[in-house]
Amino acid sequence: MSRVKTLQSLFRRYRRPGDIVFAWVALVFSAFLLTQLFDQTAYQSGGKLVAQPRFWPAVSLTGMTAFATFHLLGSALSERIDGRWVEVRHWVKSVEYAGWFIVYAACVPFAGYLPTTVIFAVLLVLRVGYRSAKMIGAAVASSIVIVVLFKTFLKVNLPAGQAYEMLPDGIRQIMLTYF
Amino acid sequence: MENLLLGLEMLARWDVMLALLVGSIGGVIIGAIPGVGPAVAIAILLPATFSLDPIVGLTMLLGIYGSSMYGGAIPAILINTPGTAVNALTSYDGYPMTENREGHRALSLAYSASFWGGIFGILCLILLSPVLALIAPMFGSREIFLAALLGIILVILAHRGQILAAGMLTMFGIFLQTIGLDAVTYTQRYTFGYSFLSSGVNLIVVVLGLFALSQAFFLLIDADNSPNAKPVKGRMSVGIRELMKHKRVATVASSLGVILGMIPGTGEFTAQFMSYTYAQKTSKDPDKFGKGAPEGLIASEAANNAVPAAAMIPLLALGIPGEALTAMMLSVFYVHNVIPGPQLFQNNIDLVYGLYFALIALNVIVIVFLLFSTNLLTKIIRVPTRFLGVMILILSFVGVYSLRNSLTDCMISAAFGVLGLILKRLNLPIVPIILGMVLGGIMEVKLRSAMPRLNSPLDMIDRPITFILFVIILLVLALHARTLFKEYRAHQPEEDHDLHDSQTR
Repeated sequence: MSRVKTLQSLFRRYRRPGDIVFAWVALVFSAFLLTQLFDQTAYQSGGKLVAQPRFWPAVSLTGMTAFATFHLLGSALSERIDGRWVEVRHWVKSVEYAGWFIVYAACVPFAGYLPTTVIFAVLLVLRVGYRSAKMIGAAVASSIVIVVLFKTFLKVNLPAGQAYEMLPDGIRQIMLTYF
Repeated sequence: MENLLLGLEMLARWDVMLALLVGSIGGVIIGAIPGVGPAVAIAILLPATFSLDPIVGLTMLLGIYGSSMYGGAIPAILINTPGTAVNALTSYDGYPMTENREGHRALSLAYSASFWGGIFGILCLILLSPVLALIAPMFGSREIFLAALLGIILVILAHRGQILAAGMLTMFGIFLQTIGLDAVTYTQRYTFGYSFLSSGVNLIVVVLGLFALSQAFFLLIDADNSPNAKPVKGRMSVGIRELMKHKRVATVASSLGVILGMIPGTGEFTAQFMSYTYAQKTSKDPDKFGKGAPEGLIASEAANNAVPAAAMIPLLALGIPGEALTAMMLSVFYVHNVIPGPQLFQNNIDLVYGLYFALIALNVIVIVFLLFSTNLLTKIIRVPTRFLGVMILILSFVGVYSLRNSLTDCMISAAFGVLGLILKRLNLPIVPIILGMVLGGIMEVKLRSAMPRLNSPLDMIDRPITFILFVIILLVLALHARTLFKEYRAHQPEEDHDLHDSQTR
C-alpha cells in the first residue's frame, strides 16, 4: 500500500491540464444563469419562501456560482500546468463525434434503423482509422446484432424508416415491423 | 414466510430467469471490458427495459449491477487495469500475484471473496428487512428531506480534493431538475421560451450523455489500444479453500461493505479502502501488501461485492439512491409505477423479497459461469478501444431515441456527452450531477409537502428521526472541518495517483 497512505489521500483528486479553462467557463455559465433568475422564474405573492417556484433555482444557482468562484480561485492560485490548449483541442475533437451521433439520429426516421446503423458503423470504423476487412466485417455484424436484439426481439420504440415504403409488398411489412 | 414464498414465486418465471441470466452474464462481460462498465450498460439498457414487466426489467439491471464487479476483477488482476472503478484496489495485490505467476490463484481468490461478500450483503439485507419495515414508515416528508440533504452533503464531501468542483456539479444537477414547468404553480422555469424545455431535462437523457456518450467520445478520441490478457491455467474452485483460511478478513470486509454501502455517497470505494487497511493492520505479514498479499485481494473484493445489496437499503426503504447506479435503478422503479420508499415495504413486500432472491441467484449464476469461462473472458476483453467506442455510440442511440423518438433529446444527450468527456479528462466526478438531479428533486417535493406542518424552522427537527439526522449532518460537517484543520496544520505534501481515473467508468 505504498502508493496510498491515508483515506484522505485516496479521496483527493488532482488537477489536470485545462482545469482553469473549465473553471472560467463554469463560472461564466453559472453567473449568466444566475443573472436570468428574475426573468426566468416567477414569484407568487403570499406564498411561503421555500414553496416559491424561484426558491430551488435560486438556491442551486447561488451555490453553483459560489462553488465555481472558489474553484476558479483554487485553479488560479495553484501552480500552472502546461498543455491547457492541447487539452482543449481534445475536448473540441469530441464535438465531431457528437455531430456524427446527431446526424445518425436524424437519418434513422428516413433511411430506417437497420440500413442507417450498418452504414454509420462502417463509416465510423473507417473514420477512426480501421482499414482491415476483419474490422469492417465486425462492424457490420455487430450493428446487425444490435438491431436484431433491440428492434426485432426487445421491440424497442424506434420509428420505421420512410425509405421502407418503397420496398416491394412482401418485404415492406417485415422491414417496417422488425427492422 | 408467506411473503418469502411470494417473492420466490415472482422469480419462478421463464422471462424473469432469462432476464437474470442475461443480466448476470452480460454484467460479468461488461465489467470485464475496461472502458465499458456497469453505468454505461445500465444507462443504455434503461429505456429498453421500460416495455418489460417491472420484475423482469429490474432483475436484468440488478444482474448487471451485482455482477459487473466480478468481471472487473479479471483485467484488474491480469493486466493491472480495473474493469470497473471499484476494482481499483484489487489490482494492488492481484497484479503482483500475476507477475509472480499466481494469476490463477489470484482470480480464484477474487471470485471466492466476491461471492462471500455478495452473499453476506444479501443475508444482511434479508435480516434487516423486518427492522426496515418497522422504521421506514416513520420516515415522513421531513425525514426524507433531511436524509436527501445528508446525501447531498456526503456526495460533495466524499470528493476530497475536488470538493469545490463536486459542489458546483451537485448544484448544477439540482438546477437541472428545476428546469421546465413547475408542477405546483404551473410557471415556467429557465425554459428561455423554448417549448422543448417545458417538460424539463430528462434524467435518462442526461445519464446517457454523461455516462455512455462521454465514454464513447473518450474512447474515440484517444489512441487505439487492445488490452492483452494472458489466459490462466488451473481449476478456479481452489480459491474457495484458501478463502476459508481468511474468513475473518472476508467477514469484516463484507461487514464494512454493508455499513458503508448504506451511506449515500461513500459506497464501494471507501468500503474497499477501510477493509484493505484493516486487513493490512491485522495481517501477520503486512509488508506483503501491495506485493501480492491474498488478504488484500480478499478484503478488496469482499467489500465491494457486499455493497450492491446494502445500497438497495436506502433505495428500497426511503427511495434515496446513494450512487449513480442506484439512481438509475430508481428511474426504472418510477417508470413501472413502483415507488420505492416506506410504502413499498407495506404494499409490495413480495417484490422486495423477489429482488432479494434475484440477488442471491445472480451471485450463484455468476460464480458458476466464472468457474468455467474465465479464459473466454480474457479473449473478449481484447476488443480494440476505438471499436468499442463506435459500438457504445450506436448503442447509446437506442437508449436516447427510444425514450420519446426525439432528435432534441439526442442533441441534449450529445451536449452532456461532451460535458462528460471534459469532466473525465479533467478527472472531475460525474456522479454529483446525477445525484444532484435525483436528490434535488426529492428535496423539493418533500420540503413542499412538509410545509403545511411547519410553523417555525425548528419544527423541522422536532421529531426523533429528524433530530438524529440533523445531528448527523452537523457531525459530518464538523468532522470535515476538523480534518481540514488537521491537514492544514500537518502540511501534508500532495501525492498524485491515478486511482480516480477509473472512478468514472
